[in-house]
Amino acid sequence: MGFRDALKSGRTVITTDVIPPKGTDLSKRLASLQEISGRVDGINITDMPSANLRMSALAMSVKVRELGFDPILQITCRDRNRLSLQAELLGAHVLGVSNLLLLSGDDVDKSDHPGVKSVFDLGSVTLIEAARGLEKGHDLGGNAIKGAPDFCVGAALDPDKEPQGAEIDKAWDKIKAGTEFFQTQPIFDVASFASFLEKMGKTEVPIIAGVFLITSAKMARFFNDNVPGVTIPDNIVREFDESADPLKTGVEVTARLARELKEMCAGIHIMMVSDLHNLIPDILKQSRLV
Amino acid sequence: MIVAEAKPLEEILDSLKGMSKVLVAGCGGCVAVCLAGGEKEVGIMASALRMKRELAGEPLVTVEETLTRQCDPEYVKELGKKLDGVDCILSMACGVGVQFLAEHYPDMWVVPALNTKFAGATIEHGLWEERCGLCGECVLAQTGGVCPVIRCAKSLLNGPCGGSQNGKCEVKPNACAWQLIYDRMKSLGRLEQLVEVAEAKDWSKSRDGGPRQVVREDVKIDG
Repeated sequence: MGFRDALKSGRTVITTDVIPPKGTDLSKRLASLQEISGRVDGINITDMPSANLRMSALAMSVKVRELGFDPILQITCRDRNRLSLQAELLGAHVLGVSNLLLLSGDDVDKSDHPGVKSVFDLGSVTLIEAARGLEKGHDLGGNAIKGAPDFCVGAALDPDKEPQGAEIDKAWDKIKAGTEFFQTQPIFDVASFASFLEKMGKTEVPIIAGVFLITSAKMARFFNDNVPGVTIPDNIVREFDESADPLKTGVEVTARLARELKEMCAGIHIMMVSDLHNLIPDILKQSRLV
Repeated sequence: MIVAEAKPLEEILDSLKGMSKVLVAGCGGCVAVCLAGGEKEVGIMASALRMKRELAGEPLVTVEETLTRQCDPEYVKELGKKLDGVDCILSMACGVGVQFLAEHYPDMWVVPALNTKFAGATIEHGLWEERCGLCGECVLAQTGGVCPVIRCAKSLLNGPCGGSQNGKCEVKPNACAWQLIYDRMKSLGRLEQLVEVAEAKDWSKSRDGGPRQVVREDVKIDG
């Protein structure tokens, strides 16, 4: 069953992500993913997070698909104009990559290429419209295209943002533009997420709640100091401070959050920065997702 | 200077729908020089709006005031005295002035009358042209006083593209910026300077990353 069918099945969907390598050596990444063969419904391939140069997410999506997974290609508006974005969408379709997570993209201020120029010709909402337009057989210029693609289009949701009003309005804009699923930024405060969902109001669009595998107190503090829109509560940071086995604590914390979140969401999206996909089966077991 | 031009009257009328008393605020700075938003243009705009609204059977009251500059808190303060009964301010300044009024009068609806176009100069009476891309790190010393960032259609920094023909740009009837640079460097005997390869530009000095600031500690007034 592919990701789109899993979304429609009504059971809790499981996704994870992988950051393409800096270079051409895919061996570690692909080996890490092989640990979760048959355990997830889709794998997000990130598009140069923090504006650091990485291998093309589309190329890596194809490689991930060859392993038997259903890739979810992330595309940001930071590095391409509307021509290049639409070209990427058409190319993804012919390469068998049909699940998309369409994003505005991180700013370039923390890039490993200081001085790089960002594009942002489109934003996430207009990029969703572009994908849906191509499906209907026309590009953003209003021109007909020959051979329309077919996508499962998703968008991001940032429930930790304060105040929440603008984020909720934007979520509804994304729904209007044609998103058919949401994946959220990492959630560490379940009560606050529940209140966000209540404020947002009922939607038929499935929401896949994001959890992030933290593996040390240092990483937790780094998130709090450097990652906008993500706040890790003090009690969780303390758990890592007091832990003799931070990796085990990371699995426990992630599983605990996933167990609570699955009750209010259509799925769980397990994010990480390193090749620790081998811990996913444990997270799923402890969160009673298998 | 900042060069601007009036929006179509219909668009302005649309933005003033439902308003019965409008303060038309001019600016005596750049937009007065480029004949878009000074005292004279404020008078013309206010009467055009009144006439159109009169014809539509929805009369409009206008108040006219032209500040020395809308981008200076000292002058913007003066507008407060004119706001009695006003529903909306129509700013005839550049985008800076519009935002400055909105910031200083948080309870007031402020709309623009102009489209802010570029940083440029008067070429002849009635013709203004862009000269500066406000990129934050001037390259004019390397390019003989002709800016490739804004005058080359592709902002190329190492010579012309393949579309430059007979000194003209491929996309506009303008002169090719790199032809201008080459000719000027040649006439000044500095062609060897053009052989130097310019590195990829540092766009972090430009507008990427949000609004920029210039801070001058030496002229700041404490307290």
